[in-house]
Amino acid sequence: MNIHEYQAKQLLKQYGVAVPPGEPCTTVAEARAISEKLFNAGQKLLVIKSQIHAGGRGKGTFTHGFQGGVKLAKTLDEAVHIAENMLGKTLVTKQTGPDGRVVSTILVAGAEKIKREFYLAVLLDRANSRPLIMASTEGGVDIEEVAEKTPEKIVKEWVDPAVGLQAFQARKIASALGLKGDLFNQACKLIAGVYKTWWECDAAMVEINPLAICETPEGKETIVCVDAKIGLDDNALYRHKDILAMRDLAEESPLEVEASKFSLNYIKLDGNIACLVNGAGLAMSTMDIIQHFGGSPANFLDVGGGASKEQVTAAFKIILTDPSVKGILVNIFGGIMDCNVIATGIVEAVKETGLTLPLVVRLEGNNVKAGQQTLATSGLTLITGDTMADAAQKVVKAVG
Amino acid sequence: MAILVTPQTKVLVQGITGSFGARHAQLSLDYGTQVVAGVTPGKGGQFFEHKGTKVPIFDTVADAVKQTGATASAVFVPPPFAADAILEGVDAGLELVVAITEGIPVRDMVAVKRAMGGSKTRLIGPNCPGLVTPGTGPDSHGGCRIGIAPGYIHKKGHIGVVSRSGTLTYEAVYQLTTRGVGQSTCVGIGGDPVNGTSHLDVIQMFMADPETHGIIMIGEIGGSAEEEAADWIRQHGTKPVAGFIAGATAPPGRRMGHAGAIVSGGKGTAEAKIEAFRAAGIGIAATPSDMADTLLKMMK
Repeated sequence: MNIHEYQAKQLLKQYGVAVPPGEPCTTVAEARAISEKLFNAGQKLLVIKSQIHAGGRGKGTFTHGFQGGVKLAKTLDEAVHIAENMLGKTLVTKQTGPDGRVVSTILVAGAEKIKREFYLAVLLDRANSRPLIMASTEGGVDIEEVAEKTPEKIVKEWVDPAVGLQAFQARKIASALGLKGDLFNQACKLIAGVYKTWWECDAAMVEINPLAICETPEGKETIVCVDAKIGLDDNALYRHKDILAMRDLAEESPLEVEASKFSLNYIKLDGNIACLVNGAGLAMSTMDIIQHFGGSPANFLDVGGGASKEQVTAAFKIILTDPSVKGILVNIFGGIMDCNVIATGIVEAVKETGLTLPLVVRLEGNNVKAGQQTLATSGLTLITGDTMADAAQKVVKAVG
Repeated sequence: MAILVTPQTKVLVQGITGSFGARHAQLSLDYGTQVVAGVTPGKGGQFFEHKGTKVPIFDTVADAVKQTGATASAVFVPPPFAADAILEGVDAGLELVVAITEGIPVRDMVAVKRAMGGSKTRLIGPNCPGLVTPGTGPDSHGGCRIGIAPGYIHKKGHIGVVSRSGTLTYEAVYQLTTRGVGQSTCVGIGGDPVNGTSHLDVIQMFMADPETHGIIMIGEIGGSAEEEAADWIRQHGTKPVAGFIAGATAPPGRRMGHAGAIVSGGKGTAEAKIEAFRAAGIGIAATPSDMADTLLKMMK
């Protein structure tokens, strides 16, 4: 699960991490009140940031022509004008796709003068199953590019989960970033807080980009998280009710939300051949084999290793709401599950949904003969495939 | 021989009274596996009965091991309690703990792996189908089945199968069996980003096992475990290996069912893994339908 920038900053703040002063809001009136408060507190410049999960907000364009999903405001009138042009409007960035996302929340914050930018992240290193802290003097840019072109500019510190982050490790990172004096001490505290956020919140990733040395209105230098991104481990959300409450369904595809209600794993893709498969590995390779034979998969859909009749019916309904679907491939390896139960589920689902698109079914495994018999005598005009390759070729041909 | 387990391996089931654990304990008993104990805290002293077999239930793994001599465990405990269950098996000195549970928080597994450092226990999984060493009876009856794989699709023989995925493993096994080719052991290592046993671990065991003559290695997008295994095979491989990588069509940044199956930051792509396979002389199955045939061609 992903959360918004303002929510990430709220979590970080709870663990003692410095973030610029600011508040989220959903109405222009609130935006005015917050802006007024910040200006009165001595801020000279504000930044108003559209809260959507997709990246590339700064260079994005609103569908009504307003440029930029992240804007600076020197005056209260400017701040209000920007809020009016963001709230309720649709922002298109390179990551949102042409439909864009509706901005329902904006973050209004102090835009302190940035003197230097860094990168800081905590993530899991899969190679050794340990948390990894990555930092770089190259902040505010695409870190993947830094990793590729100048990997020596990224410092890495692995944390032993038995003892947690040690103070000396934070000092090593702060030193590698070239920080001295008070900023060095501030950075050590901040790094410890960011790591603690990752660990305590069961995050998959905490990314601060940029982390920056800023000059406050009083002329003091501080180190703060100018932007923050947090992704959570879905498996751990059961023990974080407060974080789960941050879920924004508007940021998720409605079909994927619907699928999750039936414990179905559905991801929409761009093709026209829908697939319904049991098991994640088999589902991925069903997409692959469709492509191999010249077709284009419309989705990833894993109904789970078991796959009940109810799930199969729900899966059909979800698949059929995608208007680009021109054919369906069902690929079930019923290991323990009785293939006849699945076949009965398919027949009922097809009848219930009034399916008219070409349907290719490949069933294999436990009690498969009875399952094939059920399909053959159902009166439905479905096509059966013997192997995955056979079924994939048939559905590609049927779609044309 | 085979790897990890033999038909003589004594197995206990943690979470034997839950519906999922009970169902698969029954199927393992039907398959002829030596299921000698169950563990459900608070139900010690009761019995798990199935078709005339009475399997004693214990409160702790330590008791079960002491009383029955079990050396391997299947963990069917729900996610919030699974890390504890795995470590209980480690503490009891089990040789093998197979965690079937899906949905264990990554942080719990990070801690479990750290806590297991230096122990003699091998962990397989979590979020895995388990493993099967086929038996000699009809439909491979009499083998050792730990987990949730369908036993009957196997056949005793000389091909080792290792995969992260369940149903894709069954697909490979079924292709082999229907071509009359049997398996030494089939291992599902699980789809999570932090797991106990890697592709490389299993490949090394297969290479060292005299009964295994050829290997099918099934990988998927995400991480770099397949590349590491391929690199080792390139340098030390002595047996034919055929491979398939699932997820070539998966969009980057999206988690494809398995928590570990995600391409992020340009890492873990199917292309990179297939390239590593090719460099190691691993036969590449162009489609999942060709897994068995690709290996059998190499072994002619």
